[in-house]
Amino acid sequence: MPDAPGLELIAQEINAAHDGTVIETAHERGTATLIVDSERVLEALRWLRDTPEHEYRFLASVHAADYLPGEPRFGVHYELLNMPRVERVSVKALLADPASPSPATSSASPAGVSGGGSNGVGTLVLPEIDSCVELFPTADYQEREAYDFFGIRFRGHPDLRRILMPEDYVGWPLRRDFPIGGEPVLFTHNEAETPHWYE
Amino acid sequence: MRERQLRARDLLRGDLEGVELEEYVEQSVLTTRLESMQAWARANSIMPLTFGLACCAIEFMSMVTARHDLARFGAEALRASPRQADMLVLSGRLSIKMAPVVRRLYDQMLEPKWVISMGACSSSGGMFANYAVVQGADKMMPIDIHVPGCPPRPEALLHGFNKLQKKIRGNPDLGWRQRYNAIGTEEWARVEPGSPSAEALAAAKRFSELEPYEPGVSSSTAAGEQD
Repeated sequence: MPDAPGLELIAQEINAAHDGTVIETAHERGTATLIVDSERVLEALRWLRDTPEHEYRFLASVHAADYLPGEPRFGVHYELLNMPRVERVSVKALLADPASPSPATSSASPAGVSGGGSNGVGTLVLPEIDSCVELFPTADYQEREAYDFFGIRFRGHPDLRRILMPEDYVGWPLRRDFPIGGEPVLFTHNEAETPHWYE
Repeated sequence: MRERQLRARDLLRGDLEGVELEEYVEQSVLTTRLESMQAWARANSIMPLTFGLACCAIEFMSMVTARHDLARFGAEALRASPRQADMLVLSGRLSIKMAPVVRRLYDQMLEPKWVISMGACSSSGGMFANYAVVQGADKMMPIDIHVPGCPPRPEALLHGFNKLQKKIRGNPDLGWRQRYNAIGTEEWARVEPGSPSAEALAAAKRFSELEPYEPGVSSSTAAGEQD
């Protein structure tokens, strides 16, 4: 893991090569994180992979997170590893939810498609980010998993479809506003709320 | 023993007559109905499907081993094909992605077939009250015996298996409310403590009108005989 000044240097070098790519850096709990513009994440990843002296050639993980009610709502995390030095750096891209009712984003999303709000069931307007499969082939399945559970569409992915859930499943089950599922368990204390359940 | 051998020899020679012949026949001949005989044979020659869903399957496997020895009850031959099996043990949580597969396996099994739902997960969803797990396998297939536990010990599963055998023989175990004549004490049916409600009395009436289960006789033919 690069130390805090080293991380700042990496951020400045990336910004010198591709202006405005790194928005922020975070160095806490043993993780060095570059927070990058979601539109330019590929440039940051390519720079980290190919620049001599850095060469983070191994993509250990791609995963998504839902920060509801935080804004922007979604985060896509890339964990990079330099094998010879055993150094890790994490890249994080934040994505706004295009189906959310906030006025800034709703004007950008096509009108009338986002029926039923953003609760992950039947939402057709999905957040998008560039796929990094061309840089790291291992990202194929991991991006499919992020798509499967969070509904994040990866532009340019060769085969973006569900990987774990059934193909005809509707909704994005790991979003925070997805209904948790299951059935209420009937105890003596709450059976008054469901009269005639036995019929 | 020697005496019985001599008696058998006498019978074959035609020497037994009268009371002796009657006694011999009474001792050596068993009369029963064909249905009962068939049910008895079925109950003692079950072939379970080699099939496991999750951690309960470990207990199911150890039920077949020498320590617990399912062979005592005639079910030691686990079949690897649903076409040859007549019992399915749902051992573990049943995810919605697995449900069509299990249903197809069940449909491929030949009649008569029985299903034991093993453990909390397949009976009710268990701890997995979430988007991915079927909340009770009886939503998508008929189930004969539910074995509680998380996971049930092999002894518990054997107990459930014995109950299934009793059910196949046409003498199913009653629930404890029936055995102790306690119909009408269900929590849902109790308006105030001690007094059976109208619903409870109706349930007791429905129970008293139930026909006893006869193996090999479907309810439609039984109704036809009444007409």
